[in-house]
Amino acid sequence: MKPFRLAATAAALLLSLGAASQAQTTLRIGLAEDPDILDPTMARTYVGRIVFSAFCDKLFDIDEKLNIVPQLALSSETDDDGKALVIKLRPGVKFHDGEPFDAEAAKFSIERHLTLSGSFRKPELASVERVEVVDPLTIRLVLKSPFSPLLAQLTDRAGMMVSPKAAKEAGDKFGLRPVCAGPYKFVERVQQDRIVFEKFADYWNKDNVFIDRIVFQPIVDATVRLANLKSGGLDLIERVLATDLKDVRADSRLKVATAIELGYQGVTLNIGKDKAKGPLSQSAKVRQALDLAIDREAINQVVFNGEFQTGNQWINPDHPYYQKAFPVRARNVEKAKALLKEAGVTPPVSVDFLVSKGAETETPAQVIQSMASEAGFDMKIRVTEFATGLKQAEAGDFQAYMLAWSGRVDPDGNSFIFLHSNAPQNYSAWNNAEADKALQEARLVTDPTKRKAIYETLTKLVQEEEPILYLYHRRIIIAHTTKLEGYRQMPDGLVRVIGLKLK
Amino acid sequence: MLNFLARRLAQIVPTLFFVSVLIFSLQQLLPGDPALVMAGEERDPAVIEQIRRQYRLDQPVPVQYVYWVKGVLTGDFGESLRNKMAVRDLIAQKLPVTLQLASMAILIAFLIGIPAGIVSAVKKGSAWDWGANLFALWGISTPNFWLGIMLIFLFSIELGWLPASGYVPPTENWRASIAATIMPAFVLGNAIAAILMRHTRSAMLQVLESDYVRTARAKGLLERTVILKHAMRNALTPVITLGALELGTLLSGAVLTEQIFSIPGFGKLIVDAVFNRDYAVVQGVVLVTATIYITLNLVADIAYILVNPRLRG
Repeated sequence: MKPFRLAATAAALLLSLGAASQAQTTLRIGLAEDPDILDPTMARTYVGRIVFSAFCDKLFDIDEKLNIVPQLALSSETDDDGKALVIKLRPGVKFHDGEPFDAEAAKFSIERHLTLSGSFRKPELASVERVEVVDPLTIRLVLKSPFSPLLAQLTDRAGMMVSPKAAKEAGDKFGLRPVCAGPYKFVERVQQDRIVFEKFADYWNKDNVFIDRIVFQPIVDATVRLANLKSGGLDLIERVLATDLKDVRADSRLKVATAIELGYQGVTLNIGKDKAKGPLSQSAKVRQALDLAIDREAINQVVFNGEFQTGNQWINPDHPYYQKAFPVRARNVEKAKALLKEAGVTPPVSVDFLVSKGAETETPAQVIQSMASEAGFDMKIRVTEFATGLKQAEAGDFQAYMLAWSGRVDPDGNSFIFLHSNAPQNYSAWNNAEADKALQEARLVTDPTKRKAIYETLTKLVQEEEPILYLYHRRIIIAHTTKLEGYRQMPDGLVRVIGLKLK
Repeated sequence: MLNFLARRLAQIVPTLFFVSVLIFSLQQLLPGDPALVMAGEERDPAVIEQIRRQYRLDQPVPVQYVYWVKGVLTGDFGESLRNKMAVRDLIAQKLPVTLQLASMAILIAFLIGIPAGIVSAVKKGSAWDWGANLFALWGISTPNFWLGIMLIFLFSIELGWLPASGYVPPTENWRASIAATIMPAFVLGNAIAAILMRHTRSAMLQVLESDYVRTARAKGLLERTVILKHAMRNALTPVITLGALELGTLLSGAVLTEQIFSIPGFGKLIVDAVFNRDYAVVQGVVLVTATIYITLNLVADIAYILVNPRLRG
């Protein structure tokens, strides 16, 4: 008995040593918030999109230059004068539950986005009338009218494919145990604590997946997130503060990956819904004066250590659709004062300035306040918690509102819903027929040169009328340990896990 | 005794009813719209309208209340707006975490606070007393978030002994679990230890001057026996009650501390729920916390009666 026990112990020991030598690699990612539901149809947060990119592949993706590249699709072409989009699908793709990904599954996923109660994808896919299966690996989206941003929509959640079998069984609880066709599959989630994924053995691109597990941990406090990275508790963190960059760069064990965001930070000026009918809402000249009073570069230097990029349009200056004919104007206090005089306004112009709570909004708001005061504005900052501010913005209960937008790949996603007179998030209540026409036309035209020309008209109108003062574009800052290799930052801020290695 | 118990239990029902009405109506006073918050960046009016209908947010408040109470009575606390999880499951997930953190914190508080209080009372006016008072002042006036971050810098970054944040359940790995919770438990316990120390000290001082202690000393008992056996027992009764109340407060969640150490307990749950206007979660958590608090009070009352028969009336 004894020798047997000894042998068994020895064997067990050897086995455990063997296991240790091929230890599993785990990538631990620190998130700035706890994501919402992990169902691509019902999800709505930026942080959720970071998690999705680890487990839920899309029909298309973007590259560093914002080109649209195939992912679960192989190719696409427009048909019927832009009223149809034919998509060829990648063969041999499987969902995490072993179900095949084919034209029927793609049709199911898109129809689910379109019809599920509480779907946030419905507005994004509003142009799609129906989905047809052409052959087992080809689908055809029939559109109500041509819609050029559609392909870009399919690079995000609207293009995510879910297993029809799992989705039918789980209904609106699908997000509690999501089943997609991405590089990692869902293992478990403890709310506000962790979300765990493991490598999917049958992934179509498995040769480029090198890490066994991924654990996402929400850590709200940016200082603590960074402390975890430094102490080795995490391998990668998102949303590092611009003011911490110097510290991170000085640490030889850490690396920084950055990109300028697709979104913008700006101040929405209430034009159509201002109950007080203040000068700011009544005269474009007064809005021009406010714009000229602001030194964007100074905000960037003072508040963000010069790490952000100043801007004046809904897309950043590096974006292919940026209108170089309308560069950022320099601060000119004299001209601003003159414009106020022309408008027949006696300073100080009092402005109810709604600002959401948080250092990255409150501090720049204070800088704006002090700059604007030199030109004759009395910006009365009113700090509210985000949910409250949003409600007041909807009601038009503000004169200026500091609001950020996380950005979309297609310029339409940064402009239409904020600037079109009937759009839901046009908090400025700006109503300009010419602008509406340009926004609609830009959706119909697919040729980039022609589209850019249309957007030029819109840019000119926005620069004159100033429903939104675009100020700057934040830098997406990801920090990771030097143990992690192959990380590249994309402008959409998401963390892509393909090709990553842990030393 | 039975009579007393029955009376107290009967009082719990209206108390909880009152609490539930209070949470429900106070919450309605919060500005902001849950459907709008839930929509995040995707604020399409049609979708928002659908959410309102689905979660009965378009119904009058009393109607919403009746639906909620009906659910609670059958053990259904509703569903989180944000992630569709049953509130009951969320609470079941968080309660053990909060229990663990709270009991560790209270243990630390007792271990530090009581000895410090006794020593400073016995050695009144000495350097010991002075040191213990300084500690108490420090403990009460140090903000939790500051101490928390300082501990992280020292023990996680500089020394690398403890994980900076996160949580491991004891069932998974008890060593890792203690390592993950010791810093937040210390931060919480430290503040309470200071309060306990002050109370122990004053109670001890009072008792030490009483007649029976003088008698005990006169009998020639060892000073150690006088203090530990005669004086301490009497002095500690109010201190233990205080400790029990502090435990109740800890169980309702240590918001800031949980936030800093990313401990997924009640505090973090309720803060996130308030900011997201996730009403069902707020209601569920507050109701459970209130129940725990009331129960702890009842237990304390029963303990009093067992100790002091004069209260039995």
